[in-house]
Amino acid sequence: MERIVINKPEITKKYKKQKASSSLQRKEGLQGYLFIAPWIIGFLFFMAGPLLFSLYGSFTNFNITSKMDFIGLDNFKKMFTNDPIIWLSLKNTLYYVVISVPLTTAGAVVLAVLLNQGIKGMRVFRTIFYLPAVLSGVGVYLLWMQLLSPSSGLVNTLLGFVGIDGPAWLTDPSWTKNALIFMKMWSVGGGMLLYLASLQGVSQSLYEAAEIDGATSFRKFFHITLPMITPVIFFDLVTSTIGAFQIFQEAYVMSESGDGGPANSLVFFNLHMWNKAFEVFDMGYAMAMSWVLFIIILVLTVFNLKIAPRWVHYEGEDRK
Amino acid sequence: MSAVVQTKENYFKSANFKKKTGQAIVLIVLILGSLLILSPIWWMIATSLKDMKEIMTYPPTFIPKEWHWENYLITLQKGPFLQYTLNTLFITVFVVIGNVVANSFIAYGFAKIHFKGRNVLFACVLATMMIPGFVTLVPQYVIYAKLGWLNTYLPLILPAFFGSAFNIFLLRQFFLTIPNELIEAAKIDGANHLYIWWKIFIPLAKPAIATVAIFSFNGAWNDFLGPLLYINDESLYTLQLGLQIFKGQNDTQWNFLMAGSLMVLLPVITLFFFFQRYFIEGMNLTAGSKG
Repeated sequence: MERIVINKPEITKKYKKQKASSSLQRKEGLQGYLFIAPWIIGFLFFMAGPLLFSLYGSFTNFNITSKMDFIGLDNFKKMFTNDPIIWLSLKNTLYYVVISVPLTTAGAVVLAVLLNQGIKGMRVFRTIFYLPAVLSGVGVYLLWMQLLSPSSGLVNTLLGFVGIDGPAWLTDPSWTKNALIFMKMWSVGGGMLLYLASLQGVSQSLYEAAEIDGATSFRKFFHITLPMITPVIFFDLVTSTIGAFQIFQEAYVMSESGDGGPANSLVFFNLHMWNKAFEVFDMGYAMAMSWVLFIIILVLTVFNLKIAPRWVHYEGEDRK
Repeated sequence: MSAVVQTKENYFKSANFKKKTGQAIVLIVLILGSLLILSPIWWMIATSLKDMKEIMTYPPTFIPKEWHWENYLITLQKGPFLQYTLNTLFITVFVVIGNVVANSFIAYGFAKIHFKGRNVLFACVLATMMIPGFVTLVPQYVIYAKLGWLNTYLPLILPAFFGSAFNIFLLRQFFLTIPNELIEAAKIDGANHLYIWWKIFIPLAKPAIATVAIFSFNGAWNDFLGPLLYINDESLYTLQLGLQIFKGQNDTQWNFLMAGSLMVLLPVITLFFFFQRYFIEGMNLTAGSKG
């Protein structure tokens, strides 16, 4: 009885509102499109348009000035048969990805765990470790060229203190890529912040329960902390893999303006593509190359997404 | 009870002691780590103040024996760094304005207005983050070349006014936390969405806006690829390009190279120490929604 009395006016009000609001809703919808219009225009002009152009261009001998003839799969054939550098560049890039991504991810996790210990002055440490992540560009590359200089650099000086004869980082072909990975490790604090935020979201009751069961810190880390932050590890792995495949600037600046360093040891895929596009203006070929890299990255990302359910733990999932 | 009558021997086995030693070890690791992280920056400062003779001595000195402040003056005289700075500032200011206005505008639409296909379009925004920038590099260059925009700042500035996926995402996450009742109340007072966005949301979202502004400043200030691709005229060079040229002219003159690098990095370092809260909050905002 009481219920009906209360609900009746509400129902009629709602009904009336619905009737009157359809034109209002349309107006609201139009405003919504107005607000996102800049993104749509930008997407068409800076993303979709260029992608379509590049897709067609990769089947041509486009050289920006005179030629744009359709040559079918010739660019792709050339990659497989007539361009030994591209294989070297792919090898160099894979080496960089395979070593740098796990190292930076693991480093960031360990750092975040250390910084999550509830020690006084944590903010100061957090600031210090994050600083290198905001520094980039030629200034940083120059700094590292000096740090890694075999005779007067800081790195080999410090190694010398502990009795290690440091390598000739940027001039020894077998060490150049490691030098870039070493430089990358300096900014490991960038990923650390992501992990720190997610560590602070791990419920304290889980640790308390484990402590009652007498779990060691070691066990707590591997059985609570690590599984709980796997979604962020997954996100970090996917994005930093995409990033690492596109390494270019470091190699361009730290080898003499794009020549790829000693014995081509720093010719990465994108550096090779850059030289094809803007040094010899074989742009059709460069665009074809960019699609090859895109497909490699896409396949890897899809693979990552597919195997994610095996190791990524989403809270609340098993309660369903 | 046991805590009251704890003997010395027991103390060393107690959980409290274990926790304290654990923390001490972590603290030592963190201090050593911090020194390692900061040492390159100190090394840059020290090297910039030495003369070449001291740089080449073995073992290297951690503190310069003589402080050659004039290295900075010499460096500044070696190239038109003032021109480069003004050029970079010009680009940076427009990029920051574009990013703040466009991204907050777009993010408001995605966060607070209901329209058909909103979720699909937002998924598209996120998907663009996965597209490697190098796929669009050559075609974009071609488009700008055909438009006659090479050797102008338009290719560097204009895209900032059309939003970028990461910033849209970050601001949308923040806008979602602002209650809808505010919009309803403003609407009753006769305000439209444009007014609500500009007069209510932008002021309320100051921390997130600051984060976007700072990230954009950093991006534009440190951008090397864009100017390298689009700028040929030396009078239009940015600091990053200028530094690259400077590197070629002063091969292994480490004191001048480090002085130049430090001057280019200094604005970013300063900004970071003053506004580190916004860097860190911005990251937390993205992490929170992914975790």
